[in-house]
Amino acid sequence: MARIIVVTSGKGGVGKTTTSASISTGLARRGHKTVVIDFDVGLRNLDLIMNCERRVVYDFVNVIQGEASLNQALIRDKRVETLYILPASQTREKEALTKEGVEKVINQLSETFDYIVCDSPAGIEHGALMALYYADEAIVVTNPEVSSVRDSDRILGILQSKSRRAEMNQDPVREHLLLTRYNPSRVEKGEMLSVADVEEILAIPLLGVIPESQVVLNASNQGTPVILEEQTDAGQAYDDAVARLLGEEREHRFMDSQKKGFFARMFKG
Amino acid sequence: MTDAPQAAERPAFQLKSTTVSLTALELAYFDTDSFEATLRDKIRQAPGFFRDIPIIVSLDHFEGPTGELDFFKLLGICRRHNIHVVGVRGGNDDQRRLARNAALAVLPGSGRGDREATAPEQAPEAEPALEPVGARPVSANPAAARVVTQPVRSGQQVYAPEGDLIVLASVQAGAEVLAAGNIHVYGPLRGRALAGVNGLEEARVFCQSLEAELVSIAGHYKISEDLQATGWKAPVQIQLRDDLLVVTPLDRA
Repeated sequence: MARIIVVTSGKGGVGKTTTSASISTGLARRGHKTVVIDFDVGLRNLDLIMNCERRVVYDFVNVIQGEASLNQALIRDKRVETLYILPASQTREKEALTKEGVEKVINQLSETFDYIVCDSPAGIEHGALMALYYADEAIVVTNPEVSSVRDSDRILGILQSKSRRAEMNQDPVREHLLLTRYNPSRVEKGEMLSVADVEEILAIPLLGVIPESQVVLNASNQGTPVILEEQTDAGQAYDDAVARLLGEEREHRFMDSQKKGFFARMFKG
Repeated sequence: MTDAPQAAERPAFQLKSTTVSLTALELAYFDTDSFEATLRDKIRQAPGFFRDIPIIVSLDHFEGPTGELDFFKLLGICRRHNIHVVGVRGGNDDQRRLARNAALAVLPGSGRGDREATAPEQAPEAEPALEPVGARPVSANPAAARVVTQPVRSGQQVYAPEGDLIVLASVQAGAEVLAAGNIHVYGPLRGRALAGVNGLEEARVFCQSLEAELVSIAGHYKISEDLQATGWKAPVQIQLRDDLLVVTPLDRA
């Protein structure tokens, strides 16, 4: 049985697709057979970030509607051989994703893959609900600002009430907080929420903190998952997150200035 | 539960005793302009709270002349603001007749200023345990508290229709918790808490950290702006005293 992980946030532009690309690449690089599905029907992006847009022939919706087989639609990554991409359709509407159709595809993928990473569209509408419905785990991507935190909270509520696990009264979806675009110096100046602030509000375990970095933008423009930029802080932070996702203990990095603030606050209190 | 129907055919409906939460509009006097101005002001303070809510008009504190009580005008104004008046509480015989003419339901008064002694009828509502079993179609046992162990997240609503509500986690901004009885939040209260929604004025709200968007007890409410003065971000209890919400830090309770 594959582990099904949804990458979600509620808010748009916080780094869901960047995270999906890096987490799936990281899992695959550790030898796990991984597929990443783009649920953002109509606003297909994942294939750009994974640099396979020129190889898309069939897509997720084609498979759901029986116009192509899964093997025809899956694209094998050129850099990591245990990684596959199931692209979204650019020409359809999100309503083309039916619960039954998605279930059929996920069940079929479950037979051969270890990990299924679902890249959710923004919002709390149909597409986002379909992406999270079958999830065993959720990576909630959050930026250190109030509106993003509020939207993440909303998505956490939906995970608790509208996922298959919730509807079937099974163990709840395991939730992970991934803080992206984190800038310790701006936190120090009071322009951003700190890791401690966000953790305090959302009250879910912290999977990782990805520092704000030009590297992330450059990598997406070049079609390279940022986790492959091993010399950079953002790449290493994603690698740490993947390790923690697999149960490894790793100390949190790249939040230095914040740490000082945290201790200062502890001693003050 | 009611008895199973004897007839072989399934009846079209059954009658059951139920309690619903209603907000009372405590009318002091009626003047079209000032009524509408006050209403508009209240709605601006908490637009979400008033959208499509049913309310009753309470005449317990009505001091104006009965002649100026034009229910048709009042209903018209309320309807324009998407508020549905379902009935009238209290008032004298003339006022009740006017309400009936406007096709409004007439409910017994809340005790104060009502000539027919309705106070004894109110008592069982507050303390259902004293009510002998089977005497009235009211639940004889105090309802068990509803206990929630997970955070109540933005967009979620948790309702304890009969007893207390106990939340062993946070109530997040954008979330709403409601109870017929008391509300206990053993975490930060960042959303909206409405205790005593059936009119129980003795209901209280307790929380570990008061950061609420709105707190209401038996329909009397305060919004975040008006809660900053006492006990903000501290453990507090909130109760109703003389129709006013009073916040007391728990270490001074």
